[in-house]
Amino acid sequence: MKGRVFSSAALIAAMLVLGSVLCFAKDYGAWLKKVPQEDRERVNPYAGKPEAAAAGANLYHTNCAKCHGENAEGRDGRPSLRSEQMRNATDGDLAWILKNGQMFKGMPSWGGLPEQERWQIVAYLRTLNPPESGSSNSPVSAHETGGRR
Amino acid sequence: MQRAEAQQEPPYFVTYSSVMEEPGNLEIENQNIAAAPKNANAFFAPTVEFEYGITAWWTTEAYLQGQVTANDSAVFTGFRFENRFRPLPKDYWINPVLYVEYEDVNGADKSFLEITGNTSITTLQVPNAALRQEVERSIEGKLILSSNAKGWNFSENIIAEKAVNENESWEFGYALGAARPLSLTASSRPCTFCLQNIDAGAELFGGLGTRYNFGLKQTEQYAGPTLALNAPHGLTYKFSPEFGLNDNSAGVLWRFGVSYEIQQFRDWFRRSK
Repeated sequence: MKGRVFSSAALIAAMLVLGSVLCFAKDYGAWLKKVPQEDRERVNPYAGKPEAAAAGANLYHTNCAKCHGENAEGRDGRPSLRSEQMRNATDGDLAWILKNGQMFKGMPSWGGLPEQERWQIVAYLRTLNPPESGSSNSPVSAHETGGRR
Repeated sequence: MQRAEAQQEPPYFVTYSSVMEEPGNLEIENQNIAAAPKNANAFFAPTVEFEYGITAWWTTEAYLQGQVTANDSAVFTGFRFENRFRPLPKDYWINPVLYVEYEDVNGADKSFLEITGNTSITTLQVPNAALRQEVERSIEGKLILSSNAKGWNFSENIIAEKAVNENESWEFGYALGAARPLSLTASSRPCTFCLQNIDAGAELFGGLGTRYNFGLKQTEQYAGPTLALNAPHGLTYKFSPEFGLNDNSAGVLWRFGVSYEIQQFRDWFRRSK
């Protein structure tokens, strides 16, 4: 009897853990809450530079498209990079997630790429998600980058 | 459109950095070493390596090794199976990685994938037939520390190895590396020989003796520059001459390798959503 109670409790606990892990795993925006304020406020030195966004498009297609899709539409359960969340994220937020990744949720750290290249990728991502007017992030139009759509 | 391969991985042959294989990717690498040590026959030792990213924090790898010695024979020398774990969730100023390996190699192994304990290049004077009689099965742990700053990568490895089929003491070794791409910004035009696709650096590695005889005495020590070209279509070419730093070491070890990365290999086995 004692054994059955213990087994049931263990099963319920395992299901709760698994459930919360699965829910948490799908909460792609949770990382935004982890970005330190000073990182969030960082300014992209390449903001508004079409050349940098075009270089970022090349880097994106080399390093990121295999998971996030050629058009950043998301692929096989991996998140789309064209979203409201991305639009609302600052350049600093995007640079932070590129550097740190989300190691335990499948996104590797890209801290091994030079910082300048990470900013170039951010410049490209910004062209996919131009911020609302009035934001400090300067959009670069998709037309200007020459990247794939 | 031709695009160069990812530039994350430093151009090291021996030193490990904190860069893991991206989850779902399979990298197949052929790395080779050639040398003509003094008073021993010249040799060529190829290694085939399969590296797979299980998760963003866990990479697993298998090696198959062999060698050909002039005026002697060609032999299969064994295999290695290793796992690397990145325990911390973010990128820090110094990133630790834990490494665990099981190896089953015989004494004829000349792959120089790492050096531990007290060794000398003079053992290579012994014919393969005799060397291969001695089989060592061992477990090995490495503490990998790696930092990225201003485009540079600095990596330090501390190695501890223990034979499990022989009564040998713990053996130690180390490897240090520093490297950076020749350009820190990407070009807006896809290109093969752009500076951003070329990584240059240097490595220093060698043995640190055993538990009872710790230090640099009676150890092999090597240092040399290393160069990698991240070419289009997932190919990377690497080259390094490594120079022996003491009388126990070979004069020069010539290394060259080529690797091919199959991106999202695991997608081959899952239905598209």
